[in-house]
Amino acid sequence: MTTKAAAKAPHLDLAALVDDPGTRIVVCCGAGGVGKTTTAAALGLVAAERGRRVVVLTIDPARRLAQSLGLTELDNTPRPVAGVDPASGGSLDAMMLDMKRTFDDVVEQHATPEKAAQILANPFYQAVSSSFAGTQEYMAMEKLGQLRAQAEEDDSWDLIIVDTPPSRSALDFLDAPKRLGSFLDGRFIRLLMAPAKAGGRAYLKVLSGGVTLATQTMGKILGNSMLDDVQTFVAALDTMFGGFRERADVTYALLGADETAFVVVAAPERDALREAAYFVERLDAERMPLAGVVLNRMQRLAAGSLSASRAASAAEELADGEESPTARTTSGLLLLHEDLAETAARQRAHATRFVAGHPGVPVTEVPAAAQDIHDLDGLREVGGALLR
Amino acid sequence: MSTPATFPGVRLHVVTGKGGTGKTTVAGALALALARRGKRVLLVEVEGRQGIAQTFDVPPLGTEEERLVSDPSGGEVFGLSIDAKAALLEYLHTFYKLGRAGSVLEKVGAIDFATTIAPGVRDVLLTGKVYEAVGRRTGGRSSTGRNKGGQPIYDAVVLDAPPTGRVVRFLAVNEQLADMAKAGPIRSQADSITEMMRSKETAVHIVTLLEEMPVQETIDAIAELRAERLPVGAIVVNQVREEILDDDELAAVAKAVTQPSPELAEAVRADLTAVGVKATAAMAQGLLTEAAEHADRVALQREQEADVVAQGLPVYRLPSLPDGLDSGGITVLADALGEQGVA
Ligand SMILES: Nc1ncnc2c1ncn2[C@@H]1O[C@H](COP(=O)(O)OP(=O)(O)OP(=O)(O)O)[C@@H](O)[C@H]1O
Ligand SMILES: Nc1ncnc2c1ncn2[C@@H]1O[C@H](COP(=O)(O)OP(=O)(O)O)[C@@H](O)[C@H]1O
Ligand SMILES: [Mg+2]
Ligand SMILES: [Mg+2]
Repeated sequence: MTTKAAAKAPHLDLAALVDDPGTRIVVCCGAGGVGKTTTAAALGLVAAERGRRVVVLTIDPARRLAQSLGLTELDNTPRPVAGVDPASGGSLDAMMLDMKRTFDDVVEQHATPEKAAQILANPFYQAVSSSFAGTQEYMAMEKLGQLRAQAEEDDSWDLIIVDTPPSRSALDFLDAPKRLGSFLDGRFIRLLMAPAKAGGRAYLKVLSGGVTLATQTMGKILGNSMLDDVQTFVAALDTMFGGFRERADVTYALLGADETAFVVVAAPERDALREAAYFVERLDAERMPLAGVVLNRMQRLAAGSLSASRAASAAEELADGEESPTARTTSGLLLLHEDLAETAARQRAHATRFVAGHPGVPVTEVPAAAQDIHDLDGLREVGGALLR
Repeated sequence: MSTPATFPGVRLHVVTGKGGTGKTTVAGALALALARRGKRVLLVEVEGRQGIAQTFDVPPLGTEEERLVSDPSGGEVFGLSIDAKAALLEYLHTFYKLGRAGSVLEKVGAIDFATTIAPGVRDVLLTGKVYEAVGRRTGGRSSTGRNKGGQPIYDAVVLDAPPTGRVVRFLAVNEQLADMAKAGPIRSQADSITEMMRSKETAVHIVTLLEEMPVQETIDAIAELRAERLPVGAIVVNQVREEILDDDELAAVAKAVTQPSPELAEAVRADLTAVGVKATAAMAQGLLTEAAEHADRVALQREQEADVVAQGLPVYRLPSLPDGLDSGGITVLADALGEQGVA
């Protein structure tokens, strides 16, 4: 039962997308809890069973889903998933992002061993690497860059599917590289390091009285040992600035390339679709390649030809009328159907409004499963619906 | 019908939960429920998301406390979006009477720096402002030593806190700072904040849905909060779907589903026909399929519900509003909390 307006949205053909060898990266994004991780894993599984050599980077899988993907070892590298049908020549590897470890690797890669050790031991580094707002987003993109490089190098995968962090602040991961970059480029950081450098740049001279005052004040408030730690941290990081920026830029370019496709996952509720709309518009503004929108957890009706109001009146009549032995069961079935049909109609109305507001954006739907999705069979079912 | 308040001595209600479960909504509803009991309440957010403004449908909040609601009972809800930068400047001003240094700090980006590089410092500033609001009394402000003289300005403060994964670090700021600031004013500020967070005046409530991941995070968070000696308050089960079938009906349907038979489908079809529905065998079978899935979902929810109840904490349930929070939904939720004796 599709309404006219809903039918106007072009169909998001994910089967064609994953079958196209030109598709090398799929990014699943959306608000928290809508099914990003589930979609990423399901898409990975079915793509693998259609012959792609896939790696899925998950961020925060539900515990039982993680177990069924074999993600019990947290070693920050992809491992083959057991139980995938290899008949079409494909394969599936999966991993779960370890943000701190990824950051540590970056440090070790870009700094001399002594410098690296110094950074890793610094309390500020430890705080930043485990809880700086945006670190998870940045590290997810860093990991994507690494996987892409590895795929290039040893041809281990031909399709990378990335889940995104559960931040509801839309598309934080697009901003993260820039944010970290501008933070590291910040004026105060440069100034803090000025004494260590040759100095003498004109603007430093002008401000130097102020800087001394500033550092002294900060020292007073934060304690001088803290300021020392900050200075050490910043000086150590400075040697890595170039590398950081460069990689962030490379990954950003990768996201915008033709080989990449963004899939926005949304729930068919008013607020969730409002957020999906924001995602779609933001991706468009950044000229990121949007493949389309997945409306996940749509209420499906097995007796769709019976309307909610008819079910309600029939249930009432049954309750009043002469008792057949199954009257109670039947009226229960009808009450239930009324509720489901109302939910379905409400979701349909929200979907229709979304489509009307975003003409031309391809859409596909995935029905709500009765159970949580936590094994390969469940993923296959979702994957099948995704590829329809 | 209102039950006696469950948290009479609590003046700081911290609301956390997995992302997207309804922390902001529940914090708003709780503030409103308290105001309806005549209390003067401050509702605070710390992530600069303007969630409070959205929830109460008012223009974005600034750095000043603004009145959002006046209840006929005399109760009031004020809203505040705490910004770490503004809090640092205010802090510098209060404690150091910084004139030139304050603006120089701002100019060279030191304020930005201090509020981003050291997450611990940032959290001290945010929780510090909450601490100040809880302790603020009539007859002059006092944010360090508490002015025991006057009356508290706010009867209660409700904090829309970071999600479960980050809340313990956020509340136990002094632990977070331990390695960074070993002494100094920020450090001692952090110690007093954490002391308040651990006191009987505070309760940390956790919002969940009856789904696997949020419930699991709730259970994990309870353990983490307790390990840090932070007082756990209630579990708020949000978005509870109305029970469409009572237990008898559910049992009848479940039986039909576990023992499917063509006879049953036929009997259902006959019932439908008897009340004038043009029913096909496929429609009857469809209804049974829908019921089977519903029974699965109910079973799953009951499992989660049992896990929630097993935590031995007060549990509150909030209905799922079909139209979301538009058209006064927040009052419906506040009433539900009030009836269950939260406030
Ligand atoms: N009981 C309810 N009935 C219907 N909709 C609800 C209910 N509670 C919350 N919502 C909706 O669910 C969505 C998420 O709620 P909210 O923003 O309060 O969650 P949150 O936990 O604060 O999210 P975040 O982690 O992003 O801060 C919102 O769109 C809100 O309107
Ligand atoms: N189509 C679906 N039907 C039923 N349950 C689903 C479906 N998609 C996701 N879920 C469930 O919803 C929960 C959240 O999904 P998840 O993929 O972890 O969301 P996200 O990664 O967007 O936060 C999980 O428990 C998952 O099993
Ligand atoms: Mg996820
Ligand atoms: Mg919120």
